[in-house]
Amino acid sequence: MSASNDNLVEVKELTKHFPITRGIVFQKQIGAVKAVDGVSFEVKRGETLGIVGETGCGKSTTARLLVRLMDPTSGTILFEGQDIAEAKKGDLKALHREVQMVFQDPYSSLNPRKTVGTIIAEPFAIHGLLKGSGERRKRVQELMDRVGLNPEHYNRYPHEFSGGQRQRIGVARAIALEPKLLVADEPVSALDVSIQAQVLNLLRGLQRELGLTLVFIAHDLSVVRHMCDRVAVMYLGKIVEIADSDVLYSFPRHPYTGALLAAVPVASPTGGRRRQRALLTGDVPSPANPPRACRFHTRCPKAQELCSEEEPLLELKGTRSITACHFPLTESEVRDQLGAGFGGAGANGSRAEVLVDQSSASSSSSSST
Amino acid sequence: MSEALLQVEDLKVRFSTEDGIVHAVDGISYSVEIGKTIGIVGESGSGKSVSSLTMLGLTRTQGADIEGRILFEGRDLVALPDSELRKIRGNDIAMIFQDPLSSLHPFYKVGAQLTEAVLTHRNVGKAAARARAVELLELVGIPDPSRRVDQFPHEFSGGMRQRVMIAMALANEPRLLIADEPTTALDVTVQAQILALLNDLQSRLGMAIIIITHDLGVVAEITDEIAVMYAGRIVERAPTDAIFSAPQHPYTWGLLKSIPRLDSPRGEELVPISGRPPSLIKRPSGCHFHPRCPYVRDEHRKIDPKLEPVPGDEGHSVACLLPAELRTRIWRGLEQGETSATLRHLVVEEAQPVRAHATPRVPEDVPE
Repeated sequence: MSASNDNLVEVKELTKHFPITRGIVFQKQIGAVKAVDGVSFEVKRGETLGIVGETGCGKSTTARLLVRLMDPTSGTILFEGQDIAEAKKGDLKALHREVQMVFQDPYSSLNPRKTVGTIIAEPFAIHGLLKGSGERRKRVQELMDRVGLNPEHYNRYPHEFSGGQRQRIGVARAIALEPKLLVADEPVSALDVSIQAQVLNLLRGLQRELGLTLVFIAHDLSVVRHMCDRVAVMYLGKIVEIADSDVLYSFPRHPYTGALLAAVPVASPTGGRRRQRALLTGDVPSPANPPRACRFHTRCPKAQELCSEEEPLLELKGTRSITACHFPLTESEVRDQLGAGFGGAGANGSRAEVLVDQSSASSSSSSST
Repeated sequence: MSEALLQVEDLKVRFSTEDGIVHAVDGISYSVEIGKTIGIVGESGSGKSVSSLTMLGLTRTQGADIEGRILFEGRDLVALPDSELRKIRGNDIAMIFQDPLSSLHPFYKVGAQLTEAVLTHRNVGKAAARARAVELLELVGIPDPSRRVDQFPHEFSGGMRQRVMIAMALANEPRLLIADEPTTALDVTVQAQILALLNDLQSRLGMAIIIITHDLGVVAEITDEIAVMYAGRIVERAPTDAIFSAPQHPYTWGLLKSIPRLDSPRGEELVPISGRPPSLIKRPSGCHFHPRCPYVRDEHRKIDPKLEPVPGDEGHSVACLLPAELRTRIWRGLEQGETSATLRHLVVEEAQPVRAHATPRVPEDVPE
């Protein structure tokens, strides 16, 4: 099998600019919000790719572009080798049998006037599948059962369900057509803590059973670590680092990734409070007017002159992480920021293992690029 | 022993609605000492916000029924008339709300909103109030405060708005600061900044803080003591370290085991709490947590547990009917990666030896 066949999705130089206009009648474009600005990554079959970043980094826009709920400004999205970036309406309908999405807010993503049965059967109606109503109903009830809803609630309305159950309805609708790719945009951030784990476990279970490929978008780094095989970190419309979860969380190379990890409060008084951490100062700059060269240089603790002059390329640093940084974090800096044993298996040896792996496993890692 | 600044005694808040009486807060007691930070943790609908809003008299609406006492420096806030309470609110006790965007008035400049509290409570002129506003913005780390004071809320980012909210709350140097989900709407990096700011301000100004959150990570970072609330009650209260090292209540275990953590092994399965939070109108009989508790025994459905000290640990209290020794064994098991399904036999065996070999029954995942 050739390398490209392992990739379900290949995204190249994807951009999405939202125009900023002035004037009401004679509109004139005076600028653009560069929500996604030249993003390239691939999603392998059967894996879970996480995309993390702060508000406004472009992660949700990336998700919507992947599902083609939005038209990209430029770039290509290869889905099973076919470019879907330019796909027209008819092609999109076919695409949406293969690519589905779970939305963030289970309250606004379900039509309050339709019964759950109708909502979950909607994909069948759109695609003209399972025309017999008895057949369709049977399939919908199977789906409800699969996501942990009581099939007898077929005729109930969304308001009769709790947040977690509504998110299950959203998941059932998304898997109805047995898509190959499921894009989940912050699927648990609107849910109560005790419910989040239920939905996360459901997604993981479904992925195993159905062989789904999952793109999982979240701002919660612990959730992403739990769910994902590989993680891409976005900052101001660009990917700054992409690596296997274990590598990224135990040995982040980009200073931004390091700062994000250091900022996560850890639910254990020994893990959190006593950690020395360098806080990022300031806010994320506006994506309408991002800093030139390296976009992180205005907040970066390691920034030097070069960072404001030349844009770092996303390239292999060390052997296992791909980072866009001129001066990636060193091992001792990571240890200072995150503390020994952080992000690993709880054992102090975890980072060392990754590092040892790095020196010996350069051959296996080259395939991940 | 230091002196209690605030003492909540058997506070009950009920609201009568069309559907019935909502028991939002049902007999909670705790105290906050001068300069300490207490965390109140719970899910939405656990009564954590209502309990603190009541402190400021913000739940005194029609249909609300408030019982119990809230002693602040010896005065009972529940019994205090509105006019007296107004002198305390924003002055001795201040509050930071969750959503900084909707808590700031969009039409007024930040400076005007900041000085409102100062002008209300102190006899100062406008110029002095403005100087105070600039000083406050500087205190919370907003760069270029003398220019920013004349800007509108929409000109500030989320994190900066939350800093403005904090500045507003600090305007009269309160003795007690109530922070209701102060970082929930913020990104992690900004959240870390705000938590560090609160910590720093506390050590400089010596105020007590009540922080209300659903995020155990947040409370682990900055609190001295934690109260876990469920269905309007405190089910466990302990010093922060003890909540994480030796939690006693099955709900607390559930919370700790259902969130993925950066310092736990990656492949570890999450153990969700089954079911969902109960309705506060028709609450479950007996222990309110019993429909979701994997360690439920028959009598737990009838007996209502009281918050009692854990034997051998004075500062730690829990409302659970399981014997203390059994709770310790279960938590040790959970720590070693066992699940509630495999540990349930500990509970069932002792209670009903006949059914010891029956398959352990875990409550259904999907409730009615």
